[in-house]
Amino acid sequence: MKKKRKRGFLWDLRKNWILWLFLCPTLIFFLINHYLPMAGVYMAFTDFNFKGGIFGSEFVGLKNFEFLVKGNVLGRLTINTILYNLVFIVLGNIVQLLVSIVISQISGKRFKKTVQTLILMPYFVSYVVLNVVAYNLLSYDNGLINNFAVNVFGGERLNFYTHAEWWPFILVAFYIWKGLGYGSVVYLATITGISQEYYEAAKIDGASTIQQIRYITLPALKPTCIMLVVYSVGGIVRGQFELFYQLVGENGLLYSTTDILDTYIYRATLNSVNYGMTTAAGLYQSVLGLVIVLLVNFMIRKTEPEYALF
Amino acid sequence: MKNKKTKIMIKSQRRFDIATYPFLSLLTLVCVLPFLLILSGSFTANDVIVREGFSLIPKSPTLAAYEHIFETPQKILNAYGVTIETTLIGTGIGLCLISLAGYVLSRKEFRYRNQVSFIIYFTSLFGGGLIPYYYVMCGILKLKGTLTALWLSGIMSPFLIILMRTFIRQSVPDELCEAAKIDGAGHGTTFLKVVLPVLKPALATIGLFLALGFWNDWYRSSLFSINSSTWTLQFYLYNMVNKATSMRDLALEAGITIQDMPTESVKMAMAMLATGPVLLVYPFVQKYFVSGITVGAVKG
Repeated sequence: MKKKRKRGFLWDLRKNWILWLFLCPTLIFFLINHYLPMAGVYMAFTDFNFKGGIFGSEFVGLKNFEFLVKGNVLGRLTINTILYNLVFIVLGNIVQLLVSIVISQISGKRFKKTVQTLILMPYFVSYVVLNVVAYNLLSYDNGLINNFAVNVFGGERLNFYTHAEWWPFILVAFYIWKGLGYGSVVYLATITGISQEYYEAAKIDGASTIQQIRYITLPALKPTCIMLVVYSVGGIVRGQFELFYQLVGENGLLYSTTDILDTYIYRATLNSVNYGMTTAAGLYQSVLGLVIVLLVNFMIRKTEPEYALF
Repeated sequence: MKNKKTKIMIKSQRRFDIATYPFLSLLTLVCVLPFLLILSGSFTANDVIVREGFSLIPKSPTLAAYEHIFETPQKILNAYGVTIETTLIGTGIGLCLISLAGYVLSRKEFRYRNQVSFIIYFTSLFGGGLIPYYYVMCGILKLKGTLTALWLSGIMSPFLIILMRTFIRQSVPDELCEAAKIDGAGHGTTFLKVVLPVLKPALATIGLFLALGFWNDWYRSSLFSINSSTWTLQFYLYNMVNKATSMRDLALEAGITIQDMPTESVKMAMAMLATGPVLLVYPFVQKYFVSGITVGAVKG
């Protein structure tokens, strides 16, 4: 009888070489695109310049972080990022839930289908087009809203692009607009999965439509809702970069209420301000994000293990 | 008795409908209106926009804006070319790699599937940030200003690989692969002859997600372009809307001054050109996206 061989990684590599070959390009992709940049966070501890490269730039320890802390930049940006995401998560989910429930309960098959198709449309257009849409509505001279304000109500023109205090509302509105279709599809899928027998039984007992929603649909949607919220809370320090950058862009007048970590880092990168310091800001965001994901996951595991992310 | 209950039921449904029809109709209108606004703007004469602002129905419709854009078509055609090329290359390569990876990760006999899945998943939890990524692309791979930079990072994502794995698990029963194995088929044959044919809807879904990502991308173009030769359609539109210089260049090429340029309607026409193809195919491919979103949500 042959001795049982120890089956290690190399053994598997030889036996399943074809599977490893299949995986090879994917692994190389993630190595180059994700793991190499992870190693590159070393730049956060240097006074980086492109000429010297990673090893030719001077090592400065924690100086970059010190600057960021002293400049009090990160605190405000972090708070902005988290607050925006909280509102996005809460309002976004409420609207999506509401819409998907109404779609599922409303009578009229064709109307249902049409609504479903059309509310998913904003999801398909790029954020640059979102930018054009915003311009179309908000522009001082030609925007639809200003036209209405002046021609119909005889009011004054509003200059949206100079009033920072209005932008939280504008950003939230556009976020909901763009994500409504996607989220509703997810919730609707869950609703479709509910056995019709529950509804039949409820109808026999004479339950009204509202009662059916209250006692059948909503409880059935709870797991999906919790799952989606947990997932988004895990990414709460990652801002909606494209949304913010396309709507606000380089309009410095609006930064006080609209600047988030992602837009700040992007601008600093394009303007090549200080690579070391910008890397430090990015590293701070990544580490904070990881800590929050682990924390959320840990807490969920303790209380409701079936919703854990991993 | 039963009759009475049914009557109440119908009444309750009717009341619900009366309350919600306007709500959903309004909401749908809000989702569609902006596109109609852009469409209408692109067919409106510029001086009408300047005088009366944007409106839903173009007064005295004209093709002037489109004619103006195609008077000097090099830049827009180049942007179309860049977008189409990156979309085709990126989607093609991405689809091959994702389906291969999804196949391997769905095979039970592959012992390291959890470890490899984790290596892939971890990248969605932690990253090096923008600058190190930029340095890898430009400093090490020297991809600045190339077309490759526009599609390379977009060919795969943890979400799409896991989505593909879920699709394969759902639509390819283990027995099918077992049977192929007993018939002497290796992994290559199994993948090509057994798995791929049943996977057509999944390939369509993931291919469409990829293609949409490439078509709508302006970010990589903004990071890695040296000049307008690698501007994608979206980034071209972005510059047109936000940078006065792009408008001036277009006017210069047409041999007119910026004052004579129908800037407002040209912006709208550009937006239509950039997003039109997506909106045109959208009704036909929507079901694939819906299936992708649904399946993706099930398994995080």
